[in-house]
Amino acid sequence: MTFSPNLLADLQQMLRYQFMVNAFEAGTIVSVIAGITGYFVVLRRSAFTAHAFSEIGFAGAAGAVLLNVAPIAGLLLGSTLGGLAIAALGRRAANRDTQIGIVLAFSLGLGLLFISLYRGYATEAYSILFGEILGVSAGQVQLTLLAGVLIVCGVGFFYRPLLFASLDEDVAEAKGIPLLLVGTVFMLLVAVAVSFAVQVTGVLLIFSLMVTPAATAQYLSRRPQTAIIISVCIALGATWVGLFVAFYTPYPVSFFITGIAFALYLAVRLAHLGGSPAHLRRRKEMPTVEELTA
Amino acid sequence: MIIGSKTITVGVQGAQLIEADDLAAGYPNKVVWQNANFSFGRGEFIAVIGPNGAGKTTLFRLLLGLQQPLGGTIKIFGESPRRGNPRIGYVPQRHLIDSETNVEALELVRLGLSGKRWGFNPISHTDREAAFDALKAVGAVELAHRPLGVLSGGELQRIFLAEALVSKPDMLLLDEPLSNLDLKRETDMLHLVNGVVRSRGVTALLIAHNINPLLPHLDKVVYVANGKVATGKPSEVLTSETLSMLYGVQVEVLRDPHGNVAIIGIEEHHGGGL
Repeated sequence: MTFSPNLLADLQQMLRYQFMVNAFEAGTIVSVIAGITGYFVVLRRSAFTAHAFSEIGFAGAAGAVLLNVAPIAGLLLGSTLGGLAIAALGRRAANRDTQIGIVLAFSLGLGLLFISLYRGYATEAYSILFGEILGVSAGQVQLTLLAGVLIVCGVGFFYRPLLFASLDEDVAEAKGIPLLLVGTVFMLLVAVAVSFAVQVTGVLLIFSLMVTPAATAQYLSRRPQTAIIISVCIALGATWVGLFVAFYTPYPVSFFITGIAFALYLAVRLAHLGGSPAHLRRRKEMPTVEELTA
Repeated sequence: MIIGSKTITVGVQGAQLIEADDLAAGYPNKVVWQNANFSFGRGEFIAVIGPNGAGKTTLFRLLLGLQQPLGGTIKIFGESPRRGNPRIGYVPQRHLIDSETNVEALELVRLGLSGKRWGFNPISHTDREAAFDALKAVGAVELAHRPLGVLSGGELQRIFLAEALVSKPDMLLLDEPLSNLDLKRETDMLHLVNGVVRSRGVTALLIAHNINPLLPHLDKVVYVANGKVATGKPSEVLTSETLSMLYGVQVEVLRDPHGNVAIIGIEEHHGGGL
């Protein structure tokens, strides 16, 4: 596989490999769902919670490997149980960093135990922690598609109450929005999205698709719908370019995905610092001289 | 037909918007206040004052249907309070927006109208028009596309008021909208609320710490203290006799030549200093 200046020929060469086609398909679906759910994760400041899901999922996945079950089953079980528990405690509890951190640390330890009990290869642990998108099977792509449809429909249906509850919880509650239901469904959607995103980025790099694109998009648009579309585009771009570059270099895909997402974030932040900072900086309400002397 | 504020007339025009009869509020193991009787009509501007923790917000939670009365009855629009009543606009207390929230103010105002509906919200022309009408009513049209996170306290309060007004409510519940505002913005906000009350015939209940800036606008005062509730015109409630009865100790209400009141004899007084 040699890289040539003809990008189209390179692309054709790459897509002759079934594993690359699978990787592109899975990566595309995961980018869409991570970009969408990520917007609400960032808006609700639940990034740490989302990360906790992936690590609780790690314990589940390692347990699944030990029991000879597909890791995704363990991931889904672990992260959805975590999601239900955190949702049951309410949104304010979802921001309890300390408690979540404690559960997260224990989950990683538990996963480590399962991996060491499993007498197979350490590559299993490695691929759960850092992603194994190049090893995704056609069956896994179909499952990912199913999850993708579920998440897109779920967020579509709950969009307005979820946005309202995320921006203005007290008024949303008074307006009769079932906060517990909306919060629980959201946590479950994030748990499923995280579980599938782990296939691409791994447990430890989950932020690169769940948080970085959405955080970047929030700087680029003040309209939630536009920001969600931008977030999806950034996730897609990072995944596609990451896969392409990794195909022609000996380095891991996950690195390129995180690297591209991070570079975009940095570029946007720097552009905002240098460009028109007035609308992003916190403005203190200072009386003018005229007001003081009036 | 003009109905004096002291006359309670039952009928279409004179129907009371809020009626409380021997109302008690609190939690199963703790009564916050009891024996409250009051009624408010359409288009009245009412201040709710009293010490911290006396149960002012509890009154709002009862009206919003977020909490059930411990005893007595409360009727709002002639029926029991229910959560999500579109006829009530609500601005909660200490309502903060994360400074990194880069969502335009217009979006929040629109959600005040349609946030309860399931499904995606396309840019609906009617929604947008209603949102801009509400923004216009609070003089915040120029803030429509500004991110919520960078708005100042006074600007945010106007957006929250627009969010509450967008569904064209008959009643506004404002929980300490004046806290954290400087004097000028406090006055602006009060004129704004008063304007809404007078022009739209909306009944507004406003929780405040300092009664004095409100006095020129008020129709009634609800004074919550010491487990009891006193209601009436400001001149009836803010007297040495009423407040002494309410607190159960001798309280002195003093007035300065501008009509400002100062309440002497309690640790935490809610009139301004003289």
